[in-house]
Amino acid sequence: MTTAYTIQDVAGPSPRTLMWRRITGHVGLMIGLAGLAVVVAVALLAPWLAPHDPYTQDLSRRLVPPVWAEAGSWQNILGTDALGRDYLSRLLYGARVSLLIGFFAALGSGLIGTTLGLLAGYFGGRVDSVVTFLVSARLALPVVLVALAVVSLFGGSLTVVIVVLSLLLWDRFAVVVRSATKQVRANDYIKAARAVGCSTSRILLREVLPNLVSTLAVVGSLEVAHAILLESALSFLGLGVQPPTPSWGLMVAEGKGMIFFDARLVAIPGAAIALLVLCINLIGDGFQDVVAPQGGS
Amino acid sequence: MAAFVTKRLALALLVAIFVSSISFSLMFLTGDPAIAIAGEGATEADIQVIRRTFGFDRPFIVQYWDWISGAAMGNFGQSYYFNQPVVDLLAERMPVTATLAAFSIAFALLLAIPLGILAAVKRNSLADRLSLALATVGQATPSFWLALMLIVLFAVTLRWLPVSGSSTLAHFILPSIVLGYYASPSMMRLTRGGMIEALRSDYIRTARAKGMLPRTIILKHALRNAILPVVSVAAVEFGFILGGSVVVESVFSLRGIGYLAWESIGRNDFPTIQAIILVYAMIYVCLTFLADVLNAWIDPRIRVA
Repeated sequence: MTTAYTIQDVAGPSPRTLMWRRITGHVGLMIGLAGLAVVVAVALLAPWLAPHDPYTQDLSRRLVPPVWAEAGSWQNILGTDALGRDYLSRLLYGARVSLLIGFFAALGSGLIGTTLGLLAGYFGGRVDSVVTFLVSARLALPVVLVALAVVSLFGGSLTVVIVVLSLLLWDRFAVVVRSATKQVRANDYIKAARAVGCSTSRILLREVLPNLVSTLAVVGSLEVAHAILLESALSFLGLGVQPPTPSWGLMVAEGKGMIFFDARLVAIPGAAIALLVLCINLIGDGFQDVVAPQGGS
Repeated sequence: MAAFVTKRLALALLVAIFVSSISFSLMFLTGDPAIAIAGEGATEADIQVIRRTFGFDRPFIVQYWDWISGAAMGNFGQSYYFNQPVVDLLAERMPVTATLAAFSIAFALLLAIPLGILAAVKRNSLADRLSLALATVGQATPSFWLALMLIVLFAVTLRWLPVSGSSTLAHFILPSIVLGYYASPSMMRLTRGGMIEALRSDYIRTARAKGMLPRTIILKHALRNAILPVVSVAAVEFGFILGGSVVVESVFSLRGIGYLAWESIGRNDFPTIQAIILVYAMIYVCLTFLADVLNAWIDPRIRVA
């Protein structure tokens, strides 16, 4: 009788399997991923999921209470707002604004911060001093104030908010990528690449950058959350996404006037922001645990 | 130490100059500030008059020099909207924001340090997990929404606290809770991490072996070492609290600097906006400089780096 041994019996599970087990075994990470998946699905399928058009006003049906209130009905599950628009539909469409701004602002700031961090960490010396200086200067600027001032000059829109947040949120990327690049740079394969005559851009993009993927994923998810929170604050103050676009921060601002009579208008969109940001932070924290189980700093 | 302080001071000065030029050039972002001030429907002649009155026809560098040399002497120019010196406006509103920031940082420390100690002493216990959950939820909650929900609960439903305004100290309780809660997670994590490290060290083992009371060990010996980085982070958080005051002051109608900033931005009142951004940035630069020096003074290893 022959017994077939596979490589797994000798060497144990492959690194890929181990990683997969760590991911699926992390409760916070799984909750975060599931929550985010729901919000992404809602954003993509909003036209099919929403029971009504989010822009259609019906002044004869203003401030209809939600289904759980006595006067509520299934026609408007979360009731309507002060202009008679279906609140559930606006909430579903609002997921689009948050996700778009969160994703693209993190992408933009990630590009700026990663470039600066790579250069500073790889070249060191004077380049490093300049980048450190830029980071200190960026940190000294009050984010909310500068963002408000710039948005008010250019007028609020999705694009303006994304560009402004990209220009303001790159500092954490730069700091983290800089120190990670410094560590990677000391490895022998970088010396080897230099010795065989690879160009600097090739070393940075093909040898250094792939080692930073997990770091970038962690910082990236935290910055997505950060950008979503900032967008909601800007829109809440009236200097972000402009009405009638359904943005959750804007919905809180619109409901603020009625807060003493109908707290639902404020409670629901705000809770949506908090839950989405919580899910993304859980993913970031969970991913950190999975890629660096020993904890690090 | 002197070399370290000089180096840091030079960096702080450079940052201050650079940031001041950014906050000054913000108003030129769209091209001509005269058009923004004149508003819609202004004729070319109106714009010309505004350009000459406010001196926008001079070279940028001359305008910047005028502004920054004035600012160094405490003269931030005249507010377009309020028609009084910006420095008077700042002086008038500063007490409100300073009170708010002081209360907020006090609340953040009161929340973060005991919870951080508890989490470190009873690691992986229910208390540890709960304080971690409190920090995680705090980082996810939009401050303006938390503020509104607290208003509904404490000011409307329970009627314990006033809704808005700044006439009594009670008016500062809810805003300080909101801002302080937001600032506490980083301090809580630092306290926890510092305490865990301190409790592991040899001198704590010696203290235990001598039969000291656990409470004395934790509060007198371990905490003293763990708290230092928290103090320097508190300085930095103070700067963030000032920045976050825009949102919270506008929700609670606290007439401080943040509220002034919000009013001025809506009215294109550039001298006021520039002055506030500059003052906030300078406070941040000073605080981080002091925190750096404090850290280096306490821990000589930092001076070398």
